[in-house]
Amino acid sequence: MTAAVFFGCAFIAFGPAFSLFIFTIAKDPLRVIILIAGAFFWLVSLLLSSLVWFIATKATNAQDLTLQKNLLIFGSIFSVILQEVFRFGYYRLLRKANEGLAAISEEDGPPLSVREMAYVAGLGFGIMSGAFSMINTLSDSLGPGTVGMFGDSQYYFITSALMTLALTMLHTFWGVVFFEGCERKRWWVIAVVLCVHLMVFSLSLLNPFYVGSILPVYAIMLLMAVWAFFSSGGSLHNITLLWTCRKSNAETSS
Amino acid sequence: MTGRGPGTIIGFPHKRKLVTSIKLFLFFCLSDVSCNSVAQKIYVELNNTVPCVRLLNATHQIGCQSSISGDTGVIHVLESEADLEWPLSKGPNPPYMVLLESSLFTKSIMMKMKNASSRVAGVVVVPKTSPPEFSPHTTCPNENTGVYTETYDHNLAHCNTTVWNPRGNGLSYEEFDFPVFSLKEDNETEVIKQCYFDHNRVVNGSGLQYPLCAMQLFSHMHAVTDTATCMRRSSMDFSTSPVMVCDPLGGYNVCAFIRPYNSTAFGHKENESVVIAAARLDSKAFFLEDSTGAEGSVSGFVTLLAAAQALCEATQEAPRTRNILFAFFHGEVFDYIGSSRMVYDMKNNMFVIDLDNVHSILEIGQVKTCISINVWTYKCMDIRSNNNESVTNLVKNLQSSTAGLNFSFVETDFSQPLPPSSFQRFLRARAIPGIVLADHQTDFNNRYYESFYDNAAHLNLTYPSNLSPEEQLEFVTDTAKSLTEVATAVARTLFKQAGGNNSQVNKINADPKTVTQMLYGFLVRSNNSWFQVLGSSLRCVFCLSEPNPPQYYVGVAKSSHQANALTYLVQYLLANLTGTATNLTQSQCKKPDELPNESTYLYSYLWVQGMVPPNSTQRESFCVRTAVRLVKAVSPAFDLGDYVSKEYSTWTKSQWKFIKARIFLVASRDLEMLTLGVGVAVLFTSLLVTYFVSTKADVLFSSVREPNNAAY
Repeated sequence: MTAAVFFGCAFIAFGPAFSLFIFTIAKDPLRVIILIAGAFFWLVSLLLSSLVWFIATKATNAQDLTLQKNLLIFGSIFSVILQEVFRFGYYRLLRKANEGLAAISEEDGPPLSVREMAYVAGLGFGIMSGAFSMINTLSDSLGPGTVGMFGDSQYYFITSALMTLALTMLHTFWGVVFFEGCERKRWWVIAVVLCVHLMVFSLSLLNPFYVGSILPVYAIMLLMAVWAFFSSGGSLHNITLLWTCRKSNAETSS
Repeated sequence: MTGRGPGTIIGFPHKRKLVTSIKLFLFFCLSDVSCNSVAQKIYVELNNTVPCVRLLNATHQIGCQSSISGDTGVIHVLESEADLEWPLSKGPNPPYMVLLESSLFTKSIMMKMKNASSRVAGVVVVPKTSPPEFSPHTTCPNENTGVYTETYDHNLAHCNTTVWNPRGNGLSYEEFDFPVFSLKEDNETEVIKQCYFDHNRVVNGSGLQYPLCAMQLFSHMHAVTDTATCMRRSSMDFSTSPVMVCDPLGGYNVCAFIRPYNSTAFGHKENESVVIAAARLDSKAFFLEDSTGAEGSVSGFVTLLAAAQALCEATQEAPRTRNILFAFFHGEVFDYIGSSRMVYDMKNNMFVIDLDNVHSILEIGQVKTCISINVWTYKCMDIRSNNNESVTNLVKNLQSSTAGLNFSFVETDFSQPLPPSSFQRFLRARAIPGIVLADHQTDFNNRYYESFYDNAAHLNLTYPSNLSPEEQLEFVTDTAKSLTEVATAVARTLFKQAGGNNSQVNKINADPKTVTQMLYGFLVRSNNSWFQVLGSSLRCVFCLSEPNPPQYYVGVAKSSHQANALTYLVQYLLANLTGTATNLTQSQCKKPDELPNESTYLYSYLWVQGMVPPNSTQRESFCVRTAVRLVKAVSPAFDLGDYVSKEYSTWTKSQWKFIKARIFLVASRDLEMLTLGVGVAVLFTSLLVTYFVSTKADVLFSSVREPNNAAY
């Protein structure tokens, strides 16, 4: 639409990821490396799944629209599965790397805990997924026109940005939960993550019925946030501690 | 992985993979796979548009200009002149893009919009039915470059005696600072109107609902002010490849002598006397690429082509006292580019003859409406110039040539000046006797002079509806019959003027079939079998993908020796009608000097496509030996470097980068600001929350800490 929409959607989609990056990742070079490697792993999974989809579309009749839509759905499901497979592969890679890092580091033990690596890897997946979802749309939002000529909703840009935000955060939480599950050998966690991912994908198919797609996705995101918080060592006790800490700090300082 | 530093976990092969994957992604997008890009959901590109471009001369710039990033406006379909209030004052969402039908494309409406140009983003014209009369040209065409200047005769200058084009509103010569485009009436216009009716109509009482349908036009012109400025800016670039900001208008004149001269010997020819038979090739319209010029120019040069064919058939045997030059001048609308160039060349010994060799001039102007439908006699007027015994002789020859024909020539009143014609440029140099033939007695009969509506319908080219295109090509219309008679008269006059034998005069007859085929090809469909037969296989100008007639506007003078389609059509037609077919092969046709009887000094050799014989698919091409030559027609002002010349044409056309048009929906300002607000809020909130969580992370995530954790 214009510069206002461009910046608005860019901030919505990438604001939280950007702030997470600045405050938690940028200072530590090792985390930056793991973030970028995670992004790369997601990218490779997308490449392979899109190759499959591309071959499928080329091999079939391009004019048959329902067939193409079904192929898209099939390709996306395959992509979701492949993303989780690559997440597992990245977990194995990081575990191996951790042993090597522990061996050469100056301190006793690895410089990064698995929890931290989980969080960074998840964020890497999320940032790359968000970038691929949103960049194309963002560049077209700079022009003077808005979506709607062919019957699409005019809220297309905002809802795309909101979906991208949700997806980025979801990938982060899935990363935390997934690695924790692999660490504890709880294999059902992987299955649950995969199912939730597929559920989010199928909700996105409901677009442009945005009430039916965005609200449930945000609800799922909150649930995943809670799960990730608990599985990364948080607890209600800590929250109350935090609260009383602040209170006592406020009392002592005032 | 052991034994290496932590930084080598990621090495270079990964980076190459990333680049490749992006390249593959882009490749998928650019190939057949429908990319479903968001831009396709937003914009509808309009492909069949004709823009109004900027032209400059020594003192002015005319035409239209858009801003460099295009002009966007909410579409408004104008229904009447009173409806103009909405875009100009009442409408709540300026600027507006006004869509007009051709009946509303008048000077008063355009001037009102020009004065309110802050609220008008652009104008789009949809040509529909022809208005009863419309001429965007000036009332006095070429008033400063003819022979009637202030110094010559004050009473005749600036059309003081006769206003030639009284219907002219001068719209083509106005300057607009918004883009003006023309659409062809087809699917795209329907899409625009549908979008307008769906989104932009005011429902009773309530205001307009966003999103609104809008259009964006790009036609940014690089040149400004006048020719001198833009030529100076073009040469100021010091790099090795200079960037031109504007291009001079020009083309090629088509010339053919009956008895050719050595083309390398310029200057005066002793004891040679030449009669010039002239006609004009080009015309223009408000939207330059839509120029048609049926009555304005086509009628004239088709008549001259037919006369040339008739004359050449009759004059194979006897040499005559005088030579005849058939000259088709290009660029005459823009201050006589072609004829001023020929006069300049003649004066400076750059042409095979010079002004002393010219005996007299006969020019054919607008010759449509000599015809009436029944058996009335016609009156074709001819207008006298500086009289002389030669002129009287010429007129006598002319009058006697109509014996047996259905019309007559009538001399106009002596006080009438000459109409705008190439002959005036010759008179400006020297008082040569001559006449101009035209169908009007005082001012023009042409209601659509130099406008888009001067087309086949205006020339009454009507064909019965059940004919196929090939049958239409052969059908002899009434217009063709009358033009044939004029051509016969002209040919006979020229024959007598060149000293031919009187007894043979009545054998000279123009061929109506040729005339009607030419009219069909030039005004209805160029892609017909006759033009293809006569055309060149090398220059695919006749492989026109659309059947539309060629462009009649003169175009820019290209530095490569390429003429435009109209020039080639006329050249090959004249070559086939007046030349002789030879037996040379294709390679001999390219280099005929090696053969004993052929000479490229006198003739030019053209390879013609030829017909397809009934039992084969290959065309029988052949070589034509002809005296037709293309002579460069660029205003002498550009050779002399005098870009403010009052003597010669200084017209140039601006250059541009791209011209396009597209429609889309625009959203309300409120929605945009809401999006921005939400975005900023999300960003700040996430910054605050993240800062807070990261500083308190040791408290929040304290349970089950791994023993060797580094500090956050």
